[in-house]
Amino acid sequence: MALGLSATSQAAEPIKIGLLTPYSGPFADMGRLIDAGVKAYVKANGDTVAGRKIEIITRDTTGPAPEVGKRLAQELVVRDNVDFLMVGGFTPETLTAGTVASAAKKPLLVVNASSSNITDKIPFGVRYAFSFRQITQPLGVWAAKNGNKKMMTLVADYGPGIDCENAFKDGFTSNGGTIVESVRTPLKSPEFGPFIQKVKDAKPDGLFVWVPQGDQALNVVKTYYERGLDKAGIKLVILGDDIDEPVFHALGDKVKGLVTSLHYSTAHATAENKKFLKAFGEVTGNAIQPNFMSVAAYDGMAAIYEAVKRQNGDLSDGAKTLDILSNLQFESPRGKIVIDPKTRDITQAVYIRRVETHNGKLENVEFETIPDVKP
Amino acid sequence: VIGNFLGVLFDGIAYGSLLFLIGIGLSVTMGLMNFVNLAHGAFAAMGGYVCVTAMNQMGVPFLATLPIAFIATALMGVILERTLYQRLYKATPLDQVLFSIGLTFMAVAGMTYVWGPTQQPVRLPEFLSGQVNLLGLDVGVYRLFLIGIVVVVTAALIYLVDRTRFGAQVRASVDNQQASAGLGINVNRVFALTFALGSGLAGLGGGLGIDVLGLDPSFPFKYMVYFLLVVAVGGAGSIKGTLVAALVLGIFDVAGKYYAPQIGAFVIYALMVVLLVFFPAGLYGKKA
Repeated sequence: MALGLSATSQAAEPIKIGLLTPYSGPFADMGRLIDAGVKAYVKANGDTVAGRKIEIITRDTTGPAPEVGKRLAQELVVRDNVDFLMVGGFTPETLTAGTVASAAKKPLLVVNASSSNITDKIPFGVRYAFSFRQITQPLGVWAAKNGNKKMMTLVADYGPGIDCENAFKDGFTSNGGTIVESVRTPLKSPEFGPFIQKVKDAKPDGLFVWVPQGDQALNVVKTYYERGLDKAGIKLVILGDDIDEPVFHALGDKVKGLVTSLHYSTAHATAENKKFLKAFGEVTGNAIQPNFMSVAAYDGMAAIYEAVKRQNGDLSDGAKTLDILSNLQFESPRGKIVIDPKTRDITQAVYIRRVETHNGKLENVEFETIPDVKP
Repeated sequence: VIGNFLGVLFDGIAYGSLLFLIGIGLSVTMGLMNFVNLAHGAFAAMGGYVCVTAMNQMGVPFLATLPIAFIATALMGVILERTLYQRLYKATPLDQVLFSIGLTFMAVAGMTYVWGPTQQPVRLPEFLSGQVNLLGLDVGVYRLFLIGIVVVVTAALIYLVDRTRFGAQVRASVDNQQASAGLGINVNRVFALTFALGSGLAGLGGGLGIDVLGLDPSFPFKYMVYFLLVVAVGGAGSIKGTLVAALVLGIFDVAGKYYAPQIGAFVIYALMVVLLVFFPAGLYGKKA
């Protein structure tokens, strides 16, 4: 499955990057977005760094599967002898791949897993993605400062959901708001009607929501409008990863004005983002829209290129490479990102966005920036 | 408080209606034909995909896609029944389960290949979305519509099984295949048609359910437990039983989530245990 970028002259051994992400199963879309982000960077910046070719070896994690992540990481490290591991998956397989990478002293780039403090558990891991806490707390602050006194929260009842609930509460209550009730929905919740009805009957000023992307996100937002909470004056704020193309397609203009927070929007107006969008469009034939996952993969590649350049292509010292990767800061398509060498985690701007018509289609348009948010 | 309660009741009935629509097909194949068809959810999902494709790619209006979904899945049902299912009528339940679960895996892979792994978006026509005020209660138009469909389908099914010649043939073939064949009933044809009916109803339910349950290739597995629950509690083969079970489970599911969200998802399982302790063969199950 090696997507080898064919090497014509074998002057030096290629630099091998093992990419772990779900290419099949219910999360195959995520794999597609991350894979295209990696390819977009290679497309925009060439496939040779410091005289060495870049070779991406892709492996399919199939979803949140810790044992698969571990096995694939072992194969990549032992058999393929990769120089870097990049994991665009969930927390469980990122952690198991992290154990392998750290034992082998190979730097691992976390480009999707978003639990708090994940790099604590991976000595050779550096996070180029985000944490749920990072993007949720500012939304709580914003909600408190923009006319919401009493709010309710509704999150999926598992790790990330509870991270979000706490982070939102933290931001909201420390700025004078009160959370009247926190509803947690089962992870396998086919029907949000009763939960949303409960919120409607409690009549708070606003409602914060985070549930896993995909069918749940779509359903919860749909139910919010269907039950007329918008007309009842209950404002919805929601994490940005829940509101994207499928939601726009299914609900249309109804969702205009919806406020979300995230660290990336395709509407971000910078030269870096334009370059990224152009390259992404070229590698995918404009078949899919990039999202924050693609950007994290793109940035992970940028970091790898930089680490190779600074060592003139000599990657023999894994610890030194890790040191470079954890001291980087650069302009990403999402804005400026800084890696804190102590935590090897990412500090970045978080944007409060509103759904508006932009370039003739619905997009999340950033209207407020909270710079330098710690993970 | 009364308003809340009535609202919960209404939502529960609507949700139960949907469970009934999809579950009734399973009840028919399991109860009338003694076939444990775990691939039932795959037929429902296929109905959903037919609706989505007709709507989004061919521009067919939503209501018109429903009969198309029914017919397409019924046809699929006949084809599979003639080529595969009928070979296993006399097999042990374990073989039937293994076969149909294998078929489900194939269906899931096939649907992923054709339609991709993501959620299928549908937009309902304006006249079916939003809420209306019914006797002082805000109710969802689409849910009202679901309940209406179930009333019609139930009436039609009861009439079909209890009052028509075809219904009598089905009941006779189930009770004693040899005697029925001896009396000139074409048992194979009766079974094929019954299977088609069950599949078609699943397809219809799948199409109607997209807006409430969502639709992606994992649908058959995600909802399998719900359908099996409805049939087990209602008693396989009983239309009335399936209806009552679906409504009871729907109402308790919604009420549990509304009044006790922490344990809400567990309420229907507890209810199932209690009901099965008192009615081991289901609410309206055959005593035999």
